Amino acid sequence: MFEYLKQSWPTLWPTLGAIGVILAFVPVLGLYMTFIERKLAAYVQDRLGPNRVGPFGILQAIADAIKLFLKEQIIPDHVYTFLYFIAPTFSLMTAMFALVVMPFGPVPTEYTEGFRYIVAPGIDIGIMMMIAISSLSAYGIILGGWASNNKYSLYGAIRSCAQFISYEIPLGLSIIGIIAASGSLNIEQIVSSQGGAIWNWNIFWQPLALIVFFTSALAETNRLPFDLAECEQELVGGFHTEYGGIKFVLFFLAEYTHVVTVSFLTALLFFGGWHFPGLTGPVDANLGGMLLRTFVLVFKVTMVVGFIMLLRWSLPRFRFDQLMGLAWKGLIPLALLNFLCVAIVLTYDLPKHYLALTALFLVAGSMVSARHLQHTINRPRSEGRPATNVNLTESAI
Amino acid sequence: MTTKKSKTVKWGEEPKIGWWEAMYLPAIAGGLATAIKHAFSGRTTTRQYPDVEPEIPPNYRGVHRLNRDEEGRVKCVACYMCQTACPANCIEIIAAPAPKDDPHWKDRDKFPQTFTIDELRCIYCGMCEEACPVDAIELTSVYDLTGYTRKELIFDKEKLLSVFDETSTAGKDPVRTNRGALGPASVEAATASQGPPPPGRGSHG
Repeated sequence: MFEYLKQSWPTLWPTLGAIGVILAFVPVLGLYMTFIERKLAAYVQDRLGPNRVGPFGILQAIADAIKLFLKEQIIPDHVYTFLYFIAPTFSLMTAMFALVVMPFGPVPTEYTEGFRYIVAPGIDIGIMMMIAISSLSAYGIILGGWASNNKYSLYGAIRSCAQFISYEIPLGLSIIGIIAASGSLNIEQIVSSQGGAIWNWNIFWQPLALIVFFTSALAETNRLPFDLAECEQELVGGFHTEYGGIKFVLFFLAEYTHVVTVSFLTALLFFGGWHFPGLTGPVDANLGGMLLRTFVLVFKVTMVVGFIMLLRWSLPRFRFDQLMGLAWKGLIPLALLNFLCVAIVLTYDLPKHYLALTALFLVAGSMVSARHLQHTINRPRSEGRPATNVNLTESAI
Repeated sequence: MTTKKSKTVKWGEEPKIGWWEAMYLPAIAGGLATAIKHAFSGRTTTRQYPDVEPEIPPNYRGVHRLNRDEEGRVKCVACYMCQTACPANCIEIIAAPAPKDDPHWKDRDKFPQTFTIDELRCIYCGMCEEACPVDAIELTSVYDLTGYTRKELIFDKEKLLSVFDETSTAGKDPVRTNRGALGPASVEAATASQGPPPPGRGSHG
């Protein structure tokens, strides 16, 4: 055993180190994202936000963490205790597991010795594994909703389930175009195919894919405007109504981990990852270059996170039929359109410029799908439903 | 059972969404622009209350005070006008005849032996100070009235006089101070002015 460890140590410690980095950073990141989100929300709403704990309120996140961890652990009488405890851990576990194939810094496409900015480098099905794992996170929510033994929680879980199933499809379809264009499922390969000039970033060639991917990924994170699973006005708290204290923290952390995952994926797949104009040469040539590239990647991710947070305070929540309409009538046809374009260009070896057509399709396709969506949105509420709106004055007579 | 639209019931219509809005993206851009504009405007409506006290307008109707006259006596003449006018029945006065042999009190017939206001019962309508003929009772701009028990928020005469001392030394007199006729409670003020008699009630602006 000891001999085995000694032999495998050179390949073991970089992995353990990367796992340590992720395990250390994700909870802190999640905590501080709540702080940043509260501050941003405050500024958008012309308020000041948390400013009591520490200078500029910087210790508010830690105070929140202490408060949540020291809370009394209440287990309601009516829950299925086993599932009730499994659900939040499952939720966080799947969210963290998706980070295994996520490069959080520059990773060369060839395997090298020493520390790497990824837990599992060179996985050939990287992006597919990530999507598969992150779709498992629906289980955490469904288990939580079911175990709570509460109508509102179950409603939240069911909504979330339907939403996950619907938005998995455009999410996968939008990535197919990127995968086909770069010729690999490996995330490091996809990023390295965007190296060089800024024009090599995928956003300029497949903007339609970016819109579809980002929208469906946002829906997967269960955040506003897609947070029907926990919408306070209708479902109290949705699937986490019965959860409090540290169990709630796990759900919360899972949500923020999802946001981080989505932001990383967006930056890696569409915005060139750690590539930036002027940063040339092999990614692992020297420490300075690696740190600079890490900074570039983190900067891009921060931008995306900030954008997601801003979206939360700009958009109202979708109605459920609008949500379904957007996925099935809007995003799936658009994703197919994008994939069709990419497939044609690749099959006939056309110059890459033809891919700019997707940008045109973005406008045309969204106009057409908007026609359908408009019908969905404007449909009267009573249409196709049992007549529950009994005219009270007449029935009273 | 059908939903028949009756003429007596007004049915609300949801606003229709046009083609442009159903494309979502322009509307989202507009919403983001609004959010960003507010985020960087640097304008906040937050009041940092305990750190920065709000500016209370001088005609604010807060905690009552019982004014003192120039000699430091209570200005009230125990006429019961405020107690009668009070719609919440929160004022309770017990009058006593002024000590006649004391030269200090020789211009008064009565004075309030006790003067109690239940600050929790009061609705701060200001009718007591409207009714007062000698401007003895006034509502100050003190707004942060708190207490641990109900009992300590029933203010007696001494407490109400101490509110006067606090607010007048802090320069927070209400704008209504010395507004109307002063009455016999301060003869000195009437004799010192030597002018026409001060305008009566109702003519003030």
